[in-house]
Amino acid sequence: MSILHTVNKSPFSHTILLSCLQLCGKDDAILLLEDGVLCAIKGSPSIQELSTTIGKGVKVYALAGDVKARGLQDKLHPDIYITDYDGFVKLSIEHQCIQSWY
Amino acid sequence: MTPINQTITQKKILFISRHAPYGTSLAKEALDAVLAASAYDQNLSLLFMDDGVFQLLSTQDPKDLDQKNFAAMLSALTFYEVKNIFVHLESLLARQITTNELAIDGVKIVDSATISNLLIQQDQLLSF
Amino acid sequence: MIFSLAIYAAPYSSQASDTAYRFATALIANKHQLYRVFFYHDGVHNSSALNTPPQDEINLTLKWEQLSKDHDVDLVVCVAAALKRGVLNELEAKRYDKPTHNLHQNFEISGLGQLIDAAVISNKLITFGN
Repeated sequence: MSILHTVNKSPFSHTILLSCLQLCGKDDAILLLEDGVLCAIKGSPSIQELSTTIGKGVKVYALAGDVKARGLQDKLHPDIYITDYDGFVKLSIEHQCIQSWY
Repeated sequence: MTPINQTITQKKILFISRHAPYGTSLAKEALDAVLAASAYDQNLSLLFMDDGVFQLLSTQDPKDLDQKNFAAMLSALTFYEVKNIFVHLESLLARQITTNELAIDGVKIVDSATISNLLIQQDQLLSF
Repeated sequence: MIFSLAIYAAPYSSQASDTAYRFATALIANKHQLYRVFFYHDGVHNSSALNTPPQDEINLTLKWEQLSKDHDVDLVVCVAAALKRGVLNELEAKRYDKPTHNLHQNFEISGLGQLIDAAVISNKLITFGN
């Protein structure tokens, strides 16, 4: 049993990524979307905490369209996977419930 | 509306209320959803975390804003079918709120690890 | 799998309802069923027939309507949230003696119970908020 977490706010102005990480179990996954993709860039405010969570085995994804729209393709932390809407659907099925952090 | 033909069993539904009262209507609309849900024979729980814990302060008095008092509305919850009301410990600590400042009795104050475990036991999460 | 979506954000102010729409089309393309989209909080603004975006921008109200027609999806707008934000159907406009009504076709106004029903009926309920 595991949870898919979605995060849609910038870590430069919100602390929801940290809230999400507090509850994130090792089998959970995190999908960064909308302004949440700003959490995925190198040097973002909570990147250390995010790396630690990835180290526990949590998979972190960023939504491709939102990354591309914001021009962040070359700025992403190397441990973050890129996915699309089909991937989003798949993730929502692979996990029991979805918690939306907004 | 055509209901889908399938056996409907009781589901475990957790409402997660994470926003402060009065500044936006999310907290109020979360509470309205919980009250609506209490009419359906489901296994309901409610979790306050992040700024959502400010909804529980007994000292709140929104008279000057012409709004209804959350503390009073929340005390009504215990009369409804909401079996478990959880409050996130770390959210209270970060905001320097102590247990005796909370408006309602019988809430369970739980840490992050306990909540992680609670989340995976649910069928649905309603995120507010 | 049966999905339902809960949308709590207004179109054009934030990306959330656009994200929800793209997710809805993807899940249908992947042969899943979308049972209901429930519009609550500022999400009720998605259902106003008076939304008039420029021609070169996406018209989410029409997109939701088309999705509902093509795939038999319930589009339900919370009555309490809608009325206080000025989204009314003909019946409510009469009841409150308003000069006009603006709920777009294929959307229906109903109670919060429909959100709970969606949670019970669906395998997956996903919230899109802002």
